[in-house]
Amino acid sequence: MSLDKATVSRIARLARIRVADEDLERLGNELSNILGWVEQLNEVNTDDVPPLTSVVEMQIPQRRDAVTDGAYRDKVLGNAPESEEGFFVVPKVVE
Amino acid sequence: MIEGATGRWEIVIGLEVHAQVVSEAKLFSGASTAFGAEPNAQVSFVDAAMPGMLPVINETCVEQAVRTGLGLNAEINRHSVFDRKNYFYPDLPPNYQISQYKQPVVGEGMVTVDLEDGSVCEVGIERLHLEQDAGKSLHDQHPDATYVDLNRAGVALMEIVSKPDLRNADQAGAYIRKLRAILRYLGTCDGNMEQGSLRCDVNVSVRKPGESLGTRCEIKNVNSVRFVQQAIDYEARRQVDILEEGGEIEQETRLFDAERGVTRSMRSKEEAHDYRYFPDPDLLPLVLSEDYIEAIRADLPELPDQKKTRFVESLGLSEYDAGVLVTEKEVADFFERVADGRDAKTASNWVTGDLFGRLNDAGQGIAESPVSPENLGGLIDLMADGTLSGRLAKEVFDEMFTSGRPASAIVEERDLKQVSDTGEIESLVDTVISDNADKVEEYKAGKDKLFGFFVGQVMKASQGKANPKVVNDILREKLG
Repeated sequence: MSLDKATVSRIARLARIRVADEDLERLGNELSNILGWVEQLNEVNTDDVPPLTSVVEMQIPQRRDAVTDGAYRDKVLGNAPESEEGFFVVPKVVE
Repeated sequence: MIEGATGRWEIVIGLEVHAQVVSEAKLFSGASTAFGAEPNAQVSFVDAAMPGMLPVINETCVEQAVRTGLGLNAEINRHSVFDRKNYFYPDLPPNYQISQYKQPVVGEGMVTVDLEDGSVCEVGIERLHLEQDAGKSLHDQHPDATYVDLNRAGVALMEIVSKPDLRNADQAGAYIRKLRAILRYLGTCDGNMEQGSLRCDVNVSVRKPGESLGTRCEIKNVNSVRFVQQAIDYEARRQVDILEEGGEIEQETRLFDAERGVTRSMRSKEEAHDYRYFPDPDLLPLVLSEDYIEAIRADLPELPDQKKTRFVESLGLSEYDAGVLVTEKEVADFFERVADGRDAKTASNWVTGDLFGRLNDAGQGIAESPVSPENLGGLIDLMADGTLSGRLAKEVFDEMFTSGRPASAIVEERDLKQVSDTGEIESLVDTVISDNADKVEEYKAGKDKLFGFFVGQVMKASQGKANPKVVNDILREKLG
């Protein structure tokens, strides 16, 4: 599978990564190589193999329904470039 | 069905209802879910997506989802998987929402919806999955900034997806109301649409009857039953107009503008539609045992449909009255306390008639009723034992509603006790007869209609307290 420049550009945009035009072709080739490597797995017949979701034989750990966290607003806002009256302040998002 | 220039069109509607799960803590963190806190006061590092933080699922949220699934007569999946739904928005700090995609916790189910005209329709449930809510963005606080509050980020939601079984706005409204009632009976969602605990996305398409499904548009975040109905009517008409002018419907996300009553395109969301779902590597699959599911099933409360059947079959109420009483769990509970040990039909009449009337006028719900179920029961007892006539009972009820006092205290204080003593009534009748000798003559000459006049006079003389039945009996006897 080979990725064209438009597809690479779209993937970059979905991931919010800025990629210069001159890098698109090189990245396209690299991504195509990775996809080609993964595609080799299609050669293996997995019809009767259930998906492996974890290499450890365990159940999902669950938590009791109790308030044990939060109530440290200053810490949560600590790394925010801007905050006001307890809110994060971000550039206007237009609907 | 709506009429177009080229004939009739069928509207096809499917609803996605987002119901906030009733729980103390969030779906994957220990932060509180309480509504109305100071901004960002209920945010853990997990919710804020700080590096290295890991989600741990809240067992109660899982149980609530399973309970809801059972309440919707749905298949519970023994094995379900959490996926990441990727998109960028400031109120979603990890840039992905943990949701369930291909393997939701609940599969197909069925809801019986009661329509205004007394008929019912069955609406299929496609699935129910657990996911995280996003935070809240406030766009109107600052001219060129958006304010973000993450208190809601990470609260558990159940997304309940219906099959496209609904055909008009009335059915859609009735479906939401029924779903809301079931959730409230189950105690899995408080159903509060004003606070956003229950939100709705509406899928609408139109087609000529018998044709295959048309292209649909999704109207996002419609937050009242009335708006859902307005949005459906507007959107269906818009699509019919486009199709009849030879145009095509573009599949898109739209917003409902409540002020203007219209839907409009929400272009910003278009590109975001590529969500690139994949299983969340931080979470193992959710595996539920048979015993676990059966324990929850055994613990289910009586649901609206079952309660309605019981009211009709065991208490002898009409389908209609039973339907009205079970709409809200609080109303049904109130009624049952009134009816306890009393005539159910009388109790139902008082609750759905006089009490609802006064509550409506006062803009109050059943929870705020100044008349307690015990006091309303007391009033019914006073009618049953002959102390109060129907007319006096209404008077006493009015005062009970105003003052909140029990009927017996009001009867005592105002000396309203109905007079059933025959001797006392007989003397009143005698006085009326002797005072109206001319009318008695006319009556005896065949003017039967005057009987009512005599009853009225006796009642008046007793200040409304005479037992009307006794008055009638004595008058008939004396007037021959």
